[in-house]
Amino acid sequence: MSEANDKVPAGTPAGTPPAAASRPEAIKAIPVRHYGRWISAILVLAVLGLLVNAFANANVNYGAIPDFLFDSTVLKGLRNTVVITVVSMALGLGLGIVLAVMRLSKNPVTSSVAWGYIWFFRGTPVYVQLLIWFNLALIFPVINLGFYKDEMNQFMTPFMAALLGLGLNEAAYMSEIVRAGIQSVDEGQTEASHALGMTQGQNLRRVVLPQAMRVIVPPTGNEFINMLKTSSLAAQAAQYAELLRSTTDIGNTTGATVEMLFLAAVWYLVLTSVFSVGQYYLERRYARGTTRNLPPTPWQRIKQNLGTFRRPEVAR
Amino acid sequence: MTDFSKGTGAHPMVKAEAVHKHFGLAHILKGIDLEVAPREVFCLIGPSGSGKSTFLRCINHLEKISGGRLSVDGELVGYRQKGDKLYELKDREVAAKRRDIGMVFQRFNLFPHMTAIENVIEAPVRVKKEAKAVARERALALLDRVGLRDKAGHYPAQLSGGQQQRVAIARALAMEPKLMLFDEPTSALDPELVGDVLDVMRGLAEDGMTMIVVTHEMGFAREVGDALVFMDDGVVVETGHPRDVLTDPQHDRTKAFLSKVL
Ligand SMILES: Nc1ncnc2c1ncn2[C@@H]1O[C@H](COP(=O)(O)OP(=O)(O)O)[C@@H](O)[C@H]1O
Ligand SMILES: [Mg+2]
Repeated sequence: MSEANDKVPAGTPAGTPPAAASRPEAIKAIPVRHYGRWISAILVLAVLGLLVNAFANANVNYGAIPDFLFDSTVLKGLRNTVVITVVSMALGLGLGIVLAVMRLSKNPVTSSVAWGYIWFFRGTPVYVQLLIWFNLALIFPVINLGFYKDEMNQFMTPFMAALLGLGLNEAAYMSEIVRAGIQSVDEGQTEASHALGMTQGQNLRRVVLPQAMRVIVPPTGNEFINMLKTSSLAAQAAQYAELLRSTTDIGNTTGATVEMLFLAAVWYLVLTSVFSVGQYYLERRYARGTTRNLPPTPWQRIKQNLGTFRRPEVAR
Repeated sequence: MTDFSKGTGAHPMVKAEAVHKHFGLAHILKGIDLEVAPREVFCLIGPSGSGKSTFLRCINHLEKISGGRLSVDGELVGYRQKGDKLYELKDREVAAKRRDIGMVFQRFNLFPHMTAIENVIEAPVRVKKEAKAVARERALALLDRVGLRDKAGHYPAQLSGGQQQRVAIARALAMEPKLMLFDEPTSALDPELVGDVLDVMRGLAEDGMTMIVVTHEMGFAREVGDALVFMDDGVVVETGHPRDVLTDPQHDRTKAFLSKVL
């Protein structure tokens, strides 16, 4: 009851001033009734009911989904999806940082190279890029990098084509994210580190990038989740055996085409949900030193909210 | 206590001869001549926009001068002289020279993602490749010197402005500089926090540190300063002992400025 004052509805006159400071009189007021909420909730439930009914009566063999949920082919596809997402993002982030630094460089040659790269890779569909990488052997039968020489067909495996197609495209987007992050850091930071005798590279690694991370991490998490889903393009374009490819294959052999697409959707939802949680904790980590107190984790928040449910209602 | 007087002692710590600085078309420094002796506390005063910060930043080559000669402890800033030719220094060489010059900023510029002690050991460990354990010991001693040993584990956001500025001083001292540049170190502080920072600076002066201090604290200049320069519009208007300049200014511009700040 000690928090009675906090619960006064806005705009309600407080009535008589509390007689005793320790025990203000509880307020008697009729709360606003939210009829709109009730109506919209009923509408939503009705639509949901129709949808469930439609799908329940549709020609779908739902039993097939749990049967194949942990099928070894599906799990292998799942693993490959995670692998290609992680390596493509790693390539995208690494190259993205390099491109961002080049873009911000005072040297006009470096900055225009970065600009041209971003222009090309952002300006063409990633699906087209994947197809080009995968079919590169048609125009370059042999790859010769000086230190490495091979038949292009040997080199450009589905994995390689997927990695280059997804990773190089991602680098263009990541570089813009990293650039925004670097530019968000106060110039005084660079001045201070230079005044201490730190080199450009040390300043970037130790001072600027760690602070830029606070701006970089949230959109990078989105990019990661996008990549989990975009990697499904490599199923067709690069014949890479990721999740969608393995579920489609099962669908084709068993005839349960749509069921297997549902199964893929379930796994994509699981993956994106798991990585969203990871993203949350990463953001907390890079908030270090920027706020006096870190915000509570979801778990801590749940415990707090349980507390508020038990708190007595006052305005009634 | 520690003796901070370093450098060769054979040259002036800083010598500026007709130093000019342009930003594009703007002429900011218009021929600065001055000399700072080793162990000297050299105060720089003048109205806002007169080029004080720019001059300080030229001394550790955060800005490049556009004309004249500027040397620190007998060595040209930003150039190497061979015969009568000047060669520009590479970024790496410039960085190496800055190690010997500490700088303290008006807005502290502590690294917010590092604790106080991490701020202090960063440059010794990364730049001088000092062992972490050794650097920590020295850092604790320095934090002790500025009265903040118990705040070693705090992040800058958890410290008051005055505490942050004292950590910033400890951070600069950790590189064992032969010269300290202070750019209005107390201007961003609440009045009651100014004293602690000035006390630390006074202690440094007593231990023989060569310091160039841009300040509006005339009391500090008068008590601690050995020399004082009044700058206005990119030129040195008046030089002398702080007591003389502050009590008996010779130039009208100095008089006008002092009548506003005193
Ligand atoms: N990087 C810069 N580019 C252009 N003009 C600058 C730059 N830095 C400083 N200035 C200008 O130089 C003048 C002197 O600035 P400053 O040295 O900061 O003065 P003070 O520290 O005496 O107040 C100001 O007019 C300022 O606008
Ligand atoms: Mg200034």
